[in-house]
Amino acid sequence: MEADAPAQTPEDIHGHVAVDVTTLDAELIEGASVATADVAEYALWLGDDALVLAQQLGAWISRAPELEEDVALGNVALDLIGHARSLLHYAGTASNRTEDDLAYWRTEPDFRSLHIVEQPNGDFAHTIARQFIVAHYLFELYSRLRASADATLAAIAAKAVKEVDYHRDHSTQWVLRLAQGTDESRRRMITAFSDLWPYVEEIFRDDPLIDRLEGIAVRPSSLLPAFDAAIAPVLAEAELDIPSGFVASGGGRTGKHSEHLAFLLAEMQVLTRAHPGASW
Amino acid sequence: MVTTAGTTAARIEAEARPRPTDAASLAAWRIAAQVVDPEIPVLTIEDLGVLRSVTVTDDAVAVTLTPTYSGCPAMDAMRDDVLEVLTSAGYENVAVRLVLSPAWTTDWMSEIGKAKLREYGIAAPTGHATARASGPAGPISLKMAVKCPRCSSLNTRELAHFGSTSCKSLYECRDCLEPFDYFKVL
Repeated sequence: MEADAPAQTPEDIHGHVAVDVTTLDAELIEGASVATADVAEYALWLGDDALVLAQQLGAWISRAPELEEDVALGNVALDLIGHARSLLHYAGTASNRTEDDLAYWRTEPDFRSLHIVEQPNGDFAHTIARQFIVAHYLFELYSRLRASADATLAAIAAKAVKEVDYHRDHSTQWVLRLAQGTDESRRRMITAFSDLWPYVEEIFRDDPLIDRLEGIAVRPSSLLPAFDAAIAPVLAEAELDIPSGFVASGGGRTGKHSEHLAFLLAEMQVLTRAHPGASW
Repeated sequence: MVTTAGTTAARIEAEARPRPTDAASLAAWRIAAQVVDPEIPVLTIEDLGVLRSVTVTDDAVAVTLTPTYSGCPAMDAMRDDVLEVLTSAGYENVAVRLVLSPAWTTDWMSEIGKAKLREYGIAAPTGHATARASGPAGPISLKMAVKCPRCSSLNTRELAHFGSTSCKSLYECRDCLEPFDYFKVL
């Protein structure tokens, strides 16, 4: 809103309140401290995962198998956008950049997202398989990150874990339903898991950054037993086997991405880049 | 036990609505507390437990709000409405900030708020978030029956986990056959 905009009438109840995104960003978290470079990098890891996945899920709106799923995937995406905003805002405190700056003005090699969140939506079964894997991982991650020595990360995690619990439940119900549905839905669920499983290993890969953030970050490899224990009963009930064999190269945490990310970013960033500073 | 339940309710109430103790701040709290949720206009931010603190100092008012859900788009509107209502009441230098901790829970919704919600046609959250968090883990989650806000039947079923806003899921009543929103436990 223009600084010299004319005064609004009292009837226009929202009129004289300037909705200034930059101001809101700066005030998102009370007393938020400035992240160190390492903490900022870790916040980018988690923030980019949430942002990329949210962008993917948003593409389902108006295209899901039923109206309720348009709404469900839209709501899940909205929660993830909330997590991404908090995490990217915090990451930006280390380099004096806003969350929007980080979301819209970084290029592919500067993103830190995992390959699994970059995998295409595919058919509905692929999206559900990806949700099932990621939501179970995020639930275990945020459950533990609540105890982080970094108060800001702990606060974001305490909020996010409750929302991710619903995402986990949602994808679990769909895995059971598709795997036990028709021959066609079962075939698609099996194909989806087999296509996505190669990207699971990267989620639980450790990195020197984690060694430097002892007590602050959650060690990815430490989450694997809990992840396995959580998904096992669901897959058993769905009569699905964990696919074995091929493991993808990964590298998202160091900016090496699959070919899918650049296309996703192009779509997500085009408006901001075509019209820098635009708002409504 | 009655005494335990009473103590718990009092503790949750104190956590949900931490009203200031000094008269000046309390007066400003009462004004800010009139702001309603733009999506569910029968509920005030005080009913919801979204209003976290109001502090009046010499020439400024500091307000903190907490979002119900991380991505709740209504937060911006509530924040602006708090600025608006306090500014209209004559306060200057009003600052509204968002806090994430402690994380909001439906346990903070007031009993009056729940009654207003039912009256409005939305089923209020059943049970406590703490019970949900410590409940049995398994692929099939256990749920309490949700009462239809129209006909009070317990013969209802969930159509979708997610509803018209982040905080609600979609139900239908098998007796009166109407769909309705349920404010889900968080």
